[in-house]
Amino acid sequence: MGVFRLFHRHQGATPYLLLTPGLLWLGLFFLAPLGFLIYQSLESGSIVAGFGFHFSWQWSNYWDALKGYTGEFERSFEYAGLATIIALVVSYPVAYWIAFRGGRWKNLLLLFIVAPFFVTYLIRTLAWQTILADHGVVVRILIDLHLVAHGGRVLATGTAVIAGITYNFLPFMALPVYVSLEQIDQTLVEAAEDLYANKWLAFLRVTFPLSLPGVVAGTLLTFIPAAGDFINATLLGSPTSHMIGNVINSKFNGTIDYPSAAAMSFILMAVILGLVLLYARAVGTEKLTG
Amino acid sequence: MTSVAVEARRPRRSAPAKSLAFVRRHLLTLWSVLFFGYLVLPIAVVAVFSFNAPKGRFNFQWEHFTFSNWTHWNAIPGIQSAVQLSLEIAVIASILATALGTLMALALVRYGFRGRGTTNFVVFLPLSTPEIVLGASLLTLFLNFSTPLGFKTILIAHVMFCVSFAVVTVKARLVGFDRHLEEAAMDLGANEWTTFQKVTLPLIAPAILAALLLCFAISIDDFVVTYFVAGSRVTFPIFVWGAARVATPPQINVIGIAFFVIAVTAMLGNVFVQNYRAKQA
Repeated sequence: MGVFRLFHRHQGATPYLLLTPGLLWLGLFFLAPLGFLIYQSLESGSIVAGFGFHFSWQWSNYWDALKGYTGEFERSFEYAGLATIIALVVSYPVAYWIAFRGGRWKNLLLLFIVAPFFVTYLIRTLAWQTILADHGVVVRILIDLHLVAHGGRVLATGTAVIAGITYNFLPFMALPVYVSLEQIDQTLVEAAEDLYANKWLAFLRVTFPLSLPGVVAGTLLTFIPAAGDFINATLLGSPTSHMIGNVINSKFNGTIDYPSAAAMSFILMAVILGLVLLYARAVGTEKLTG
Repeated sequence: MTSVAVEARRPRRSAPAKSLAFVRRHLLTLWSVLFFGYLVLPIAVVAVFSFNAPKGRFNFQWEHFTFSNWTHWNAIPGIQSAVQLSLEIAVIASILATALGTLMALALVRYGFRGRGTTNFVVFLPLSTPEIVLGASLLTLFLNFSTPLGFKTILIAHVMFCVSFAVVTVKARLVGFDRHLEEAAMDLGANEWTTFQKVTLPLIAPAILAALLLCFAISIDDFVVTYFVAGSRVTFPIFVWGAARVATPPQINVIGIAFFVIAVTAMLGNVFVQNYRAKQA
């Protein structure tokens, strides 16, 4: 029964007992694999050439990855960054609308945001393939509006990849923003208006700063998976719009070049963590790790 | 002085200002309507093309209407077993992950202990790691131990990336939990186990259910991590991936839409039950 002593804050072994199974799982299947990934990234050898891999402090894997795939790395962060910004601009007004004008329909509207994402990721992306197809309605309209050159295409370009990423990660942006907007005490906004702030000023000085935790969470939840994505670049892009995820995937699951793929995974993760920490410091939120 | 203030506070609204306010108010609504249209568009395409009878191997061009994709949803070799595998994995993984996650959430919210910050960080880390890194690192682990890839490795992976979501979901509910209810039960002579069963568990049950559903949805939709650790086993997303290169049978759309309809119906039911209860209260 000791396991369920829930009412005293210092109970010795109880919290550790509760944590053990979960932490063991994460330790064995999340932390330990990361260790193996680092180890693998410093190996040399080649399966194709008939040699197995062996550990040799092969730091050159990292330099080779950075040098040989600079474009892919850059595109990963460029596409992910752009998609994150677009997703924020597109979904903030909607989150605002639901939070302040949704009334008793709030839950239903939230459901509408989440619902499309119950269609499998890959099928959704394939649907965009159909929508953006060369002779489709969308491309014809874009050509008529002179947004796309005559005879030009959207599919197999970076634009299509960014569009796909933006769409696929929208709820990760919209939901956290909504949650933080919903929690805002409306009397604060009224107070700002009583103090002669017009609606815009009240928004900029009161509402928006108070919604920042949601914006931070949303941008991170969008940017992180986007930077590692390779599905959109595969299905909607072309080799010139491939991201680092494509390279990692093909080296792991295609050419079996584990050490350099491991090095790339590690660089990707390190850059993302670095950006996240910088960003968190810049915005100054402690809400990150809950 | 005050009269000036009152004057400034209630500016007379001219007709143009009024209409501007009207447009602005509805601009937000219009934007939202467009947004929902944008969200639904691909789903509508998937749904419409599930009734298509494509000429070639690819289902991109509308030919003519048919029900046969729906009546023969498993006519494509391998599609049924892929759906089955995805369902099995999702059910087991979501139950396991929710159990582990609920225990962790209880510990993290209820106790002050050494290493709490670190634990929070370890739970947060998988959420901030791109899937491809999760998949790649798990694969290197399994390769190093020569673990045969298959059902077990998929399950291990799915529980791993679901646990953090379960912890976060249950934690959110526990934080806003009224501890007095438990104290009251104890005052009335219930022991800790009874209190947990009769008071705590029912109160956090909605969060546990939410965590279960979330884990289920994440698991059944996962492609990237699964693709790395599946070996020769084929889940539904892997089936779609493999199909996308050589052919896209409309049956893929059928299953996608069927799952969508089931999920949305369940969620709608939940929303209406909540609204009903709120009215009763």
